[in-house]
Amino acid sequence: MTEPMTRLTESTLDPATAVYDYTIPAGEPWLHELRKGQTLRILDLEGNQAVDTLFYNARDPAERYSAVDTIRAQGSIYLTTGSRLLSTDGNLMLTILADTCGRHDTLGGACAAESNQVRYALEKRPMHNCRDNYLLALAESVYDMGKRDLTSNINFFMNVPVTPEGRLTFEDGISEAGKYVELRAEMDLIVLVSNCPQLNNPCNAYNPTPARMLIWD
Amino acid sequence: MTTDTTETDRIVHFELLPGARSWSFVIRRGFALRLADRRGGGNCSALFYNAQDKLERYNMADTLKAQHTACLTKGHVCYSDMGRILVSVVGDSCGWHDTISGVSNAALVRERYGEARYQEHRNAFHRDGRGLFLIELGKWGLGRKDLVANVNFFSKVVVDEAGRMAFIPGHSQPGAQVDLRAEMDTLVVLNTCPHPLDPNPQWSPRPIELTVYRAEPVAEDDICRTSCPENGRGFANTAIYHCQY
Repeated sequence: MTEPMTRLTESTLDPATAVYDYTIPAGEPWLHELRKGQTLRILDLEGNQAVDTLFYNARDPAERYSAVDTIRAQGSIYLTTGSRLLSTDGNLMLTILADTCGRHDTLGGACAAESNQVRYALEKRPMHNCRDNYLLALAESVYDMGKRDLTSNINFFMNVPVTPEGRLTFEDGISEAGKYVELRAEMDLIVLVSNCPQLNNPCNAYNPTPARMLIWD
Repeated sequence: MTTDTTETDRIVHFELLPGARSWSFVIRRGFALRLADRRGGGNCSALFYNAQDKLERYNMADTLKAQHTACLTKGHVCYSDMGRILVSVVGDSCGWHDTISGVSNAALVRERYGEARYQEHRNAFHRDGRGLFLIELGKWGLGRKDLVANVNFFSKVVVDEAGRMAFIPGHSQPGAQVDLRAEMDTLVVLNTCPHPLDPNPQWSPRPIELTVYRAEPVAEDDICRTSCPENGRGFANTAIYHCQY
């Protein structure tokens, strides 16, 4: 059993050779396919931006990223270099090859209108949120997917520690401008991202910003 | 702590669920389900769905972040993905129920306990948590898309400052019990496979006693409602759902 904690690793890939390069504006979704063997870099352009991400097997989207299987198998709740992202069927979906941030959350989930009501105030319902991004991106896609496909996601660049007493806290981010994480697809994937618009807690330092997505063959 | 004396006339159903078996049932709003680990060392994995609209289901992340907790005990509630409460933990003699470890699968069970097929072992063959969840979910028209992160009642997994997870053996004492009150009509799906991080190499899944009983009305000062401001809003959202606000 491997036990990734904080393993900072830089990439040797050159952005000039990427086959895809797109900057997701603050608060917007991104839905894209990734072929087996391709590498995806997620770049935190301005620092402390939560990038809420879900992965699906492109051939069988009922197989999807499993937060609990992934953390149990690696024996650690944080994702970093060397983490093997497992599916709900126990298969390897992606491997984290490089990480200059060192810690990514997969317990805190995505924000939603309804969870914002519970967490902050019933009046917060109209605020933009990750689940709205997910639902609209899926509804407008060619995939026959929707709310039933939304499960526990990864929050790249987000810091959600669990204390030895079992408390869960949202801490100020440990990311900063220019930090990135790089993942290799181990199967053909659908990638669903919400570049988090949360304004109620420090996950984005109260200032949602763009995130850059690069893909190499 | 939970009182041991549920008046007999409030009990509507009792059942002993053997180890490594599954169960599902709709607990109507206002009723409660008591899980009891009579022998100790048990594990009961659970998922929760709105019985009227099973697209609304238990959400691990929303449950944890609303209550600033990584485990469940008395005073906590299980949130759906719609900002409402499915069940409240109204009694608990255990103090910690795991929410972050998922369930075993066939490969894990084979690796840890060896192969034990039906052909040789008949009904003593080894089941796994994922397989049992899928069987029970299938009875309600649900499947792999509905298999989300679950609760593992009676099991404790701690996380150290570096993020490492550790299973605490012997956490659940003989007679441990936890009481779940339904705040909406809730489909409860259970299985009693060993916890996926339980290092015990012996296949010895424990039975869990299930008691469904009529709950007391939810008081204004109910511990689950008042344990944090978030839960007050969760109860308010659930009341609006029932057109009571």
